[in-house]
Amino acid sequence: MATKPELLIDAASLADMERLIEAGADAFVVGEARYGMRLPGEFDIGAMAAAVKLAHANRVSVYAAVNNVMDNATVDTLPNYIGALADAGVDAVVFGDPAVLMAARASAPAMKLHWNAEMTSTNYATANYWGRRGASRVVLARELNLEQIIGVKENTELAVQVQVHGMTNIYHSKRPLVHNYFEHQNKDGALENVPVHGKREDGLYLIESERPDERFPIYEDANGTHIMSSDDLCMIENLHELMEVNIDSFRIEGLLKSIAYNEAVVRAYRSAIDAYCSDPLGYAFNEDWLESIVQLQNPARELSYGFFYKEQVY
Amino acid sequence: MVTTQTAHRYKGKRNRLDKPELLAPAGNLEKLKFAVHYGADAVYIGGQKYGLRSGADNFSFAEMKEGVEFAKQYGAKVFVATNIYAHNEDVSGLEDYLRELENAGIAAIIAADPIIIETAQRVAPKLEVHLSTQQSTMNWQAVQFWKEEGLPRVVLAREASLEEIEQIKAHVDVEIEAFIHGAMCSSFSGRCVLSNHFTDRDSNRGGCCQSCRWKYDIYEDDIQMVGMEADQFTMGSKDLCMLEHIPDLIDVGVDSFKIEGRMKSLHYVATVVNAYRQAIDSYMADPENYELKQVWQDDIQKAANRPLNTGFFYDTPGAEDHIYEPEDKAAPYDFAGVVVSYDEASGTAVIQQRNHFKPGQEVEFFGPNGTFFKQTVEAIADTDGNVLDAARHPLQHVVIRTESPVKPMDMMRKRVR
Repeated sequence: MATKPELLIDAASLADMERLIEAGADAFVVGEARYGMRLPGEFDIGAMAAAVKLAHANRVSVYAAVNNVMDNATVDTLPNYIGALADAGVDAVVFGDPAVLMAARASAPAMKLHWNAEMTSTNYATANYWGRRGASRVVLARELNLEQIIGVKENTELAVQVQVHGMTNIYHSKRPLVHNYFEHQNKDGALENVPVHGKREDGLYLIESERPDERFPIYEDANGTHIMSSDDLCMIENLHELMEVNIDSFRIEGLLKSIAYNEAVVRAYRSAIDAYCSDPLGYAFNEDWLESIVQLQNPARELSYGFFYKEQVY
Repeated sequence: MVTTQTAHRYKGKRNRLDKPELLAPAGNLEKLKFAVHYGADAVYIGGQKYGLRSGADNFSFAEMKEGVEFAKQYGAKVFVATNIYAHNEDVSGLEDYLRELENAGIAAIIAADPIIIETAQRVAPKLEVHLSTQQSTMNWQAVQFWKEEGLPRVVLAREASLEEIEQIKAHVDVEIEAFIHGAMCSSFSGRCVLSNHFTDRDSNRGGCCQSCRWKYDIYEDDIQMVGMEADQFTMGSKDLCMLEHIPDLIDVGVDSFKIEGRMKSLHYVATVVNAYRQAIDSYMADPENYELKQVWQDDIQKAANRPLNTGFFYDTPGAEDHIYEPEDKAAPYDFAGVVVSYDEASGTAVIQQRNHFKPGQEVEFFGPNGTFFKQTVEAIADTDGNVLDAARHPLQHVVIRTESPVKPMDMMRKRVR
């Protein structure tokens, strides 16, 4: 039997966590918008402690998302926050900004650290750099291909986490771009109030004229404006290629999806992982796994292999 | 957006007494020479690898050496941008490249990826390492981290406000560099892969295709939210210009004032450097009686590519800080020529042609430190004395009479509308 990779997802609430644990999730990344980026729900310290309790009772891990680009005001609260996360019993802190590393060293030196700088976590040597400074896991950029991912895995002692399903962030600005745009539309004062649009639940998306079939979700929150991919990554057919090289953690991005969808996705990947690990040599992909996802897939969003099989130029 | 000139002294305080560095872009060797000649204290360039402007001319090691020698005569330094986020395949070769930069006499690299930082510290210890804005650093604790890692300078995120910069300076004794002029990513630097998704070009290795400046339609539930005739959505930002706020930048303690634009023209670089050089020198010479001069602002406009604003320095950019309407792009002036030599006896100058000009056209001559005059072009001759109907050929040397003495490397621009 092969070592099982972890199946990791986010969650909007404790209730969703329960359903996703039941579906087969091994770990969760949760947090609050002040410290973490693009989270489907708010878990304050109280909720975080409850999440840890629920998770640990089911032998599931909880990682706290502390991966924002930090400003001075937030940095001043980091030592207390990370101390409180440690007290709540979280299994690791996910960081991008070195300020978080500094705060963790001071207030929770035993805390495990996952380095996640989103699109800029792109090579093994830099992963090892953060490893020498305390990180135990690297969360790789979604823009790497399979060969590059394998190259990282072969050259690092850190655990390697890869996103295998869901949308990805492709642009993050501190500017309130949607609000600004509607304000511009109203520049002649035709409307009494600029419509409040652009929150995540408003479901806005962008279309670029040369790509009429691609819808790029866009929303605003306290951390700025986020534009998301028009396709949903889906590696279930080829998950064995990642299991063969012992990738440690498979991340499902549940943002902007229903709980029913995320449940189905977790079940599908759970089945694939369990089947592979019980008999790697006899493993065969089961079309039903993909079909269970396709049935709930928004037809306007393509399931794709993302960058796994792409070559990019520059 | 703050449009009026703010009072001297940022909140009544003065955090630096010595002169800040003026740091200019240089897309090639000629631009380097002009940037330095027009008053840059340091220039930053790109080499053949590891830089984020894969479309620029970029320097060979031999050109770097020549650039360093030239800059030395003015007491200026040369930095090299090695600001990509490396992929596995970029790691080998890094050591040799960084040693070559050190051998060429480069003063510093500007790096974002920690593996480039660490490798430089190990194999090329004479190179200073400056943290690139691509790391999007905007808090004092992260700045402290990089200082402890041995970096003498941090280029902050373009999202940092003056107030935040002041707080950072108060917490950490390290050089702070800030962009003060030019085009800006509207995203957090490094946190944009639009090019990767739209064109399979890796933005964080220099392949950016500026998708943020494209136009988009915005929809909700299959319904286009804004009428067809309305301006489309875009992320594109106005360009940064802090010329009006030099006292604030000096007073909060910014150590290096950085101008963006390795892809910009020679005329742009010389004009922008010239204006900021004069503003900084003028303020430092007599802070109490400093006055922003209209001519500096006019000059900036003559080279401007886009409408200008103050970025995040005073507040979060709003609707007025973005470009939704069709861009009225070109500045009303064109670069016309460079002075090669001047003959005092005849009052004539040899001009190297950079754009078509002809007799009867109004032109402006300018040089370092704000030397400036206007005149109408009279007769044009080639260097053998043959009269020409126009200066038609790029880089051709032509002779015209100038109304005032000029010097080599002075520039001539013409009004185009």
